[in-house]
Amino acid sequence: MNALDYLTTDPIPDGTHQQTPSGLLRFITAGSVDDGKSTLIGRLLYDTGNVAADQLAAIHATSQKRGLAAIDWSLLTDGLIAEREQGITIDVAYRYFATARRKFIIGDAPGHEQYTRNMVTAASSADTAILLVDARKGVTTQTRRHAYLAHLLGIRELVLAVNKMDLVDWQPMVYKSIVDTFNSFVAALGRHHVHAIPMSALNGTNVASRAEAIPWYHGPSLLEHLEAVPARRDAEHAPLRLPVQRVVRVMLGNAANGANVTEFRGYQGTLASGQMQIGDEVTIWPSGQRARVSRLNVAERSLPAASADRAVVVSLDREIDISRGDMLSDPIQPPRVVKTLNADICWLSEQPLQARGKYLVKHTTRTVNALFEELSYRVDVNTLAHQAAPETAIMNDILRVKLKLQQPLLVDAYVDNRTTGSFIVIDPLSLHTVAAGVII
Amino acid sequence: MNLQTDTPYHLPQVATDHLDLLEAEALFILREVIAECRHPVLLFSGGKDSAVLLHLAYKAFHPERIGCALLHIDTGHNYDEVIAYRDRMAERYDCLLHVRSVEDSIRKGSVRLRHASESRNPYQSVTLMEAIAEFGFDACLGGARRDEEKARAKERIVSVRDEFGQWEPKHQRPELWSLYNTRVALGDHLRVFPISNWTELDVWQYIQREDIELPALYFAHPRQVVRRGDILVPVTHLTPAQAGDTVETISCRFRTVGDISCTAPVASSAGNVADIIAETAQCLLTERGATRLDDRASDAAMEQRKKEGYF
Repeated sequence: MNALDYLTTDPIPDGTHQQTPSGLLRFITAGSVDDGKSTLIGRLLYDTGNVAADQLAAIHATSQKRGLAAIDWSLLTDGLIAEREQGITIDVAYRYFATARRKFIIGDAPGHEQYTRNMVTAASSADTAILLVDARKGVTTQTRRHAYLAHLLGIRELVLAVNKMDLVDWQPMVYKSIVDTFNSFVAALGRHHVHAIPMSALNGTNVASRAEAIPWYHGPSLLEHLEAVPARRDAEHAPLRLPVQRVVRVMLGNAANGANVTEFRGYQGTLASGQMQIGDEVTIWPSGQRARVSRLNVAERSLPAASADRAVVVSLDREIDISRGDMLSDPIQPPRVVKTLNADICWLSEQPLQARGKYLVKHTTRTVNALFEELSYRVDVNTLAHQAAPETAIMNDILRVKLKLQQPLLVDAYVDNRTTGSFIVIDPLSLHTVAAGVII
Repeated sequence: MNLQTDTPYHLPQVATDHLDLLEAEALFILREVIAECRHPVLLFSGGKDSAVLLHLAYKAFHPERIGCALLHIDTGHNYDEVIAYRDRMAERYDCLLHVRSVEDSIRKGSVRLRHASESRNPYQSVTLMEAIAEFGFDACLGGARRDEEKARAKERIVSVRDEFGQWEPKHQRPELWSLYNTRVALGDHLRVFPISNWTELDVWQYIQREDIELPALYFAHPRQVVRRGDILVPVTHLTPAQAGDTVETISCRFRTVGDISCTAPVASSAGNVADIIAETAQCLLTERGATRLDDRASDAAMEQRKKEGYF
């Protein structure tokens, strides 16, 4: 057993891990520029050969102009600085790189006062979060806030990147103490898999290649970890949910060229979770009627079965009145049909919440009128303390709320289903997206 | 181009399910827009990204035929074979094709060129806004990708534009999960980018997998060019050779196809999609060495030059 093996917690043993890693991993990077986040992203892009030559030449020239001995990797993502100078809101940026094993999408959420909103946005689609810590400063309030928000958005795979280890002479005890502090904090939030890595982003140590010089660390480099870590595909193992996006009707005249059908009725949508096979019985909500799957297609290709995340066309064995916003589900484990939502929301808008105002809730493919019936408490994201009965919410607030709905929604708890457990709130006057919510 | 490399192991052999996931994401986005918007249109230029988008629209609607029109903003400076390809695709997919030309905007006076030979590329947006107003489109589906340039890295998949077509970063809506807010006020419209999360390599891999037809300009062919710095300027009626220029005929292909006056080919012998995928992957490799800074193959560089109005 390696000296620091215990610093990596065991995988969650509940079937959330797939056998073969998916070819696509989405992750977020959280931490401030001071922690070396831009440098880390620059390093990852460069060391994996994802920096175009002209970009490289440009940052090389800028580094020399500034009298730096080595290339400043943070310049790669510094389009942002120019925008900051022009007073444009700094926002989530998406970046892409690929290795021989995987394609990666980075959701890079810069800090500052809009951090909670940006982090929540980026985390909503991420499989994994990299939380960056400066080895000299250790776990800070900001680290705890990031861990809490990642947890709130359902990310259970965390990477604790203990950066700037060269500045503490790679002392194992410094690293151990940071990892222990972090692990005890996240253990209190719930079950996670934390993978800690000591690194120096500036020198590229343990970023894309392993640190030969650290005798006490035998784990993978950050890149090796990202290439191997399971993507969030727990949806495949959850009960079937298919929100109907569009009803397709082919009559004389509107068939695709070569489609070879004269009459067709089917339902288009993406499986939010579970599996569907020809012959399976499904329940259609909210009517509660049942039917069997008679055909499954992706364009002209017929499939015997489909699983979560596939965008399909489903045909059923009998005529049922189905429209957009309805849901096909597993008949044994149906969604909850609710007219009240108990949820945690993040307020995203510069306009404060109007406690008596009318809002729209968009959940899967269904949009309904809603009212805030109760603002239960506000969570202080730094201390996690609850402040009871707030009167409103302002941008970046996290609130536990109760929403009253005009029509029923077909929901699951967010911890069980990321798609049927999440919603956005739209202001019907400004038409802006003003909040995002996860259902309890 | 010599495809041999000293580090051959790095050719991306990403598990193919990443294409399935990107495709499913794009189909979902297309269906949301089709279901929620009143009058969407698909911007089709005949370039590879819009060819992928058109194919995805076909899959999103199937077995119905594509239920929205195509719109091409023609600068009047396109290669004939791209125009022929555009018309052929519209016919193949049984789509109504609207063409609005920058020439008409010039005639109307809404576009005024500084001089006759000025690139018409930047003025496409004027003609586009005129077409949006004329037809009352509330959503324009486009094939732009976030990896094309730094500024696009924060563009939304569903992006709101005001009646002047302006992108206001401050007023963009947060986008979470796959919950797209497609509501727009009268006069505003959406720009929707279903392949935002695709890279150039993804696009080529998908073109290969789905056997998508492209204009022949994308594949290696002999062409007369003049070297200006590290750019290969094609010799055309709009970009003729000038006194003192050395005209050479080389094997080349276009990485992006657009207005003749601002699209340059790259030297290449890649005659089919598989060769292009190898070259696209190869670019990363040669650049990785960092010793030889050969930026001819980078289309980020080209985007930059296009932005700066290079020839």
